[in-house]
Amino acid sequence: MWWRSASFILDKPDKDDAVSSPESRLITSPPLSMADTLQNPNPNNISAYYQTRAAHHGVVTSDWLAQAQAAAEKEEVTSESSLDSGKAFSVIDEFNNWRKQPDLAEAVAAIRALAKVISSSEATTMMELEIELKTASDSLKAWDTTSISLTAGCDLFMRYVTRTSALEYEDFNSAKSRLLERAEKFGEISYKARRIIAMLSQDFIVDGCTILVHGFSRVVLEVLKAAAESRKLFRVFCTEGRPDRTGLRLSNELAKLDVPVKLLLDSAVAYSMDEIDMVFVGADGVVESGGIINMMGTYQIALVAKSMNKPVYVAAESYKFARLYPLDQKDMVPALRPIDFGVPIPSKVEVETSARDYTPPQYLTLLFTDLGVLTPSVVSDELIQLYL
Amino acid sequence: MDPRRASSRTVIDPKVRQVGFFTPGAPPDPTQTSTTLTTITSTSPLVSPSGNSVLCPVMIPPPLHFSDSNSKCVVGGGECIAVGSSYNASSPATEFSGSGGECVGKVGASSMPAGGFEIPRKLIKGNAGVGASSLTTVSMLSGSSNLLEKGGLSIGAQIESSAGLKSLKEKSSKAERRAAQEADRAAKGAAKSLKGTTSKAERPEGKKAPVSAGIAAPGNVKAPKAALQKKVGPSVAATDKRLGDRAPDKDRKKEVPHPRLQFDDESRVEKAKKRAVVKQREARNRVELFRHLPQYEHGTRLPDLESKFFHLDPVHPAVYKVGIRYLAGDISGGNARCIAMLQAFQESIKSYSTPAEKALNRDLTAKINCYVSFLIECRPISISMGNAIKFVKTRIANLPLTLSETEAKATLLSDIDRFINEKIILADQVIVNYAVTKVRDGDVLLTYGSSSAVEMILLHAHELGKHFRVVIVDSRPKLEGRLLLRRLVGKGLNCTYTHINAVSYIMHEVTRVLLGASSVLSNGTVYSRVGTASVAMVAHAFRVPVLVCCEAYKFHERVQLDSICSNELGDPDAISNVYGRDDLNYLKDWANSDNLQLLNLIYDATPSDYVSMIITDYGMIPPTSVPVVVREYRKENLYI
Repeated sequence: MWWRSASFILDKPDKDDAVSSPESRLITSPPLSMADTLQNPNPNNISAYYQTRAAHHGVVTSDWLAQAQAAAEKEEVTSESSLDSGKAFSVIDEFNNWRKQPDLAEAVAAIRALAKVISSSEATTMMELEIELKTASDSLKAWDTTSISLTAGCDLFMRYVTRTSALEYEDFNSAKSRLLERAEKFGEISYKARRIIAMLSQDFIVDGCTILVHGFSRVVLEVLKAAAESRKLFRVFCTEGRPDRTGLRLSNELAKLDVPVKLLLDSAVAYSMDEIDMVFVGADGVVESGGIINMMGTYQIALVAKSMNKPVYVAAESYKFARLYPLDQKDMVPALRPIDFGVPIPSKVEVETSARDYTPPQYLTLLFTDLGVLTPSVVSDELIQLYL
Repeated sequence: MDPRRASSRTVIDPKVRQVGFFTPGAPPDPTQTSTTLTTITSTSPLVSPSGNSVLCPVMIPPPLHFSDSNSKCVVGGGECIAVGSSYNASSPATEFSGSGGECVGKVGASSMPAGGFEIPRKLIKGNAGVGASSLTTVSMLSGSSNLLEKGGLSIGAQIESSAGLKSLKEKSSKAERRAAQEADRAAKGAAKSLKGTTSKAERPEGKKAPVSAGIAAPGNVKAPKAALQKKVGPSVAATDKRLGDRAPDKDRKKEVPHPRLQFDDESRVEKAKKRAVVKQREARNRVELFRHLPQYEHGTRLPDLESKFFHLDPVHPAVYKVGIRYLAGDISGGNARCIAMLQAFQESIKSYSTPAEKALNRDLTAKINCYVSFLIECRPISISMGNAIKFVKTRIANLPLTLSETEAKATLLSDIDRFINEKIILADQVIVNYAVTKVRDGDVLLTYGSSSAVEMILLHAHELGKHFRVVIVDSRPKLEGRLLLRRLVGKGLNCTYTHINAVSYIMHEVTRVLLGASSVLSNGTVYSRVGTASVAMVAHAFRVPVLVCCEAYKFHERVQLDSICSNELGDPDAISNVYGRDDLNYLKDWANSDNLQLLNLIYDATPSDYVSMIITDYGMIPPTSVPVVVREYRKENLYI
């Protein structure tokens, strides 16, 4: 899977950019803090994944944006390596460090953290190292079971790193360095994935088209950014993205790029569908059937688009490919989140707090991944080849 | 192939009559015929005929001198492949390319040996003419298979439609044909030594060397056959051999009839009958659309076979026993039949000893072929059994020659054991473990018929303490669901039993449909007990997910679009009688009425659109991924 990455598309135009940026990322490690995130932030069965997303991409109050931006800048400035060696290494710490960067995907953070596990391991045999890696990955997965990309990223990392000839080396140190090399390569590929997808999807955005976007997806933003940079003329409709209003955030970003953008209520999708040429969504996870699990509302948008014969494109990095096969909407680990209605809700009224839904493959047109532009049925083929 | 064709049109325009699908622009060129031949042989036999089938003209060759007409009649055979496969697209191309290749061999070889030009030329003309004129009758499906058969088996055999040519053929009488065959055999021996060189120099020889044709052309003709044999698995190789020279060797007589013999082809059925161990009478009133499937009068075969027990020396008693049990219906269900067959093979291998001056690889394969043909006579084999047989044969063929007999036997026995364990028993457990993750508390699971995998799933989910209800849908005439119902109720499951007539009523309360399968084909079509398709379609209409449980060894790379071309016919009496209601005997003497045909199908094909998920031992996959599993694991299946 990974050796067939479509990363060649990056090779010519921005080679140095792609090479240099991960390096700088590796060096700048954010400060160690936030003892409270060490515990599972999931006491009320609330999805940590969606909390993080809300914190990173949601718009909670009007002045939140300014604050968040200021904080992010400050973080960049004050970032310095402060990993103290005396303390026992914790993969969760490491993961949380990486995770705090808003534009670093959770799976990539996990991959980085796992790579760190290998490099800081004191194991002396291959077996020990593997077990250590396994426990680290398991603890990461257990830390947030609702995050599909975290689980999938860990699984893929384990597959990619341990399924190598390194295990045949006689010398432990050379084997370990081989593993590390692979781990870093994997991290780099995952990091570059977004850029690859942006390049691949440019052919699908033509001048004069209108794109409907649901939720805030960093991949979709990257795609639109790349299109705007190449001076394409297109219009974007953003849904509001209740309850964390991720659509507002996206429209804000797009407005900065001078892309004409229009905000819609989540319920206005069908109303404006006839003006739309394509639907563009991200994904929290791509499942084995080729369908996607994404923010609540994606399914109904896909249904409306299908009934009006509009293409639905999904942009998703391949580390989101998960070995899940939901048969219907309820056939998933529930990811709950609090919803603020602005007014107090009577205690007798039940609230649907699920944060995501499942869109079956027959409603999707194409998936843009870093493996290439795929039809939904290819996802399963790739997963079979990788896992079996 | 195409550019070459287009570039060289020649002066002589042959009469081209086009049959079937063709592109108007590019009729094949008569002078390029040997090119066609080489491409057919060099590329995969599965591909090239279909490539050819786009344009399959019938050529009535113009009178030419010897060497040209020779190459032409060879191509007559080649075209014959194309026509056959285009008309029977659903049957495997291998079958036809096999017999087509034979046809090439025959026609070409028969022309060679005498060396004199006069008689062979007539012969060739006769053959090519026969080929052509019968090809014109190909507009009917059955016609095409007739043609293949006749072209393949006998040189210009009696083809009714070409009366004029018939007389011509009679001139080349028996003695001549005998001579031709003798020479053919001799030439083949010579060709074997030449094969290495001829395969390289094939084309020039076919074109230029009319005098040395006595040796060269058979070589030329033999090569494609060898190529075909190499590519299509052992089973087809066997049919190939059967259709070929009637060697005096006794073993040849025990060759397998093709597993999918077309039973509307009378001459072929006659031949198969002569070889048959089980004497069976065919049922009289057969439905026209299903005439190509075997249907026998039930009840006549079993006593006959039992009486023969002590006279059948070629069939091992263990295999014989299994065959009788198939016939009697004691063993049914894909896995049970497959395991029983493999165990019988094991028994026979245990008591096997290689005859003097024979190689174990060859002789044991012949033996297995003989057993398989016996089992087919008892009941047509299922796809899963076909896969298992393929596995056994591959293992036998791949045995290193250095192994002693006992070692070889021990390896085979353990291989078969491993196949049973890994591909069937363990696979079922893995499937169960996957499937229970899809069973939630409060579910209502519907199943149809009696599938062993589904039963295991239900029982395991019950053991895990999940609270769910089972709806068992059943249908006449087998009423297999009752047995399942009995077992499940015995284990304390909450069950509902209903007939398929009520499936649309019961479906609204169902949350999952669990089905078993006899096979899953590579377009995702599920081939299963008749009625499965209806259940799946109703479930789909009610938006209920349909889960098909099938072990990966039952997957097959074939593609099938309907349930007509490959199916099995059951006893028609079973649907004419209502058991327990003797007063309902309106159809008592149905067989005496020519206007009434009863159709009791055993299997049907469910299109992949109605299947949500296939649960195999490789995980839960969408039906679109079946070809991936087939592709990735076929090798592993064959050479564990």
